[in-house]
Amino acid sequence: MIKKVITLALLAGFAAIFTNLLLGYVPDESLNLTARYYAENTASETGAANIVTAIIVTYRGLDTLGEVTVLFLAAAIVGLVLAQTRVGDQSGVEKMPPAGELLEVGTRLLAPLIVLFGAYVFINGHLTPGGGFQGGAIIASAVLLLLLTNPLRRFSHRLIARLESTMGLFYVAIGILGMAMAGGFLDNHILPLGEFGALLSAGAIPLIYVLIGLKVGAEFSSMMVSLSETEDQ
Amino acid sequence: MNSILLIMSVVLAVAMIAGALMAVYAKRSMAIAILAAGAVSLFASVMFLILGAPDVAMTEAAIGSGLTTFLFFFVLRRVRGGEHD
Repeated sequence: MIKKVITLALLAGFAAIFTNLLLGYVPDESLNLTARYYAENTASETGAANIVTAIIVTYRGLDTLGEVTVLFLAAAIVGLVLAQTRVGDQSGVEKMPPAGELLEVGTRLLAPLIVLFGAYVFINGHLTPGGGFQGGAIIASAVLLLLLTNPLRRFSHRLIARLESTMGLFYVAIGILGMAMAGGFLDNHILPLGEFGALLSAGAIPLIYVLIGLKVGAEFSSMMVSLSETEDQ
Repeated sequence: MNSILLIMSVVLAVAMIAGALMAVYAKRSMAIAILAAGAVSLFASVMFLILGAPDVAMTEAAIGSGLTTFLFFFVLRRVRGGEHD
């Protein structure tokens, strides 16, 4: 009873706060100082057509490195916790029932296309919406589809781990190159800016996003594969 | 055009709240709760698109409603397996 009263009181409090915020909301007439700087200078400074990408990869590149590190830690912990229960030998596992014609044929058709679309998303990150994180997640969903069709399918942990760590290493190396050859850590001017709107433009941004895309894809895939491998023991 | 978007976002908001309530109150089956949570993410990604943030919408659709839902299912099956030990 008291619990419910407290919950209701809390909800009423939140409602009051949000109603106040909503009633006092006045839309900005113009962009604020930071936003205006990005809107006016992104194209000339970084050569990227997608302002969001320019901010994520170049202006706030260090934050993105942190995000990738957090994701890496999450994947590493999932692997660490589940590694102890992993079944090494699959001979003892009983045969799974077949997944069905529709799912199997559909997977065979769709999985390469999904991987292709993921690669498209992160290669075009500086031109169109999307980027490394989104592309990586799309690639991982292709792995998920393969796992749904055949839960006993095995992926090479070694390949995933190598891919992940190499991409991370290259990412940091590009950042340090930016310090040596251009304005600072993760500066994209180490490569020529090129023609605005072309695929190979915006300096190192496409390169960095390819690295991030493969890294994120490998991390998500390793989580899926670890979870899937341990559940059918 | 603007009023269509407004109506769409109101409908989406109502659907999101309904989905969230369903996720919280689905006592009968955990699977329904997980699916409802995934649906909330899906509606949220459409909402982000309407609000003019296609990058966030892509992330929400791929990670929020795609990978996370299946991650929950994997974990759910594992937890259930643990109960019988």
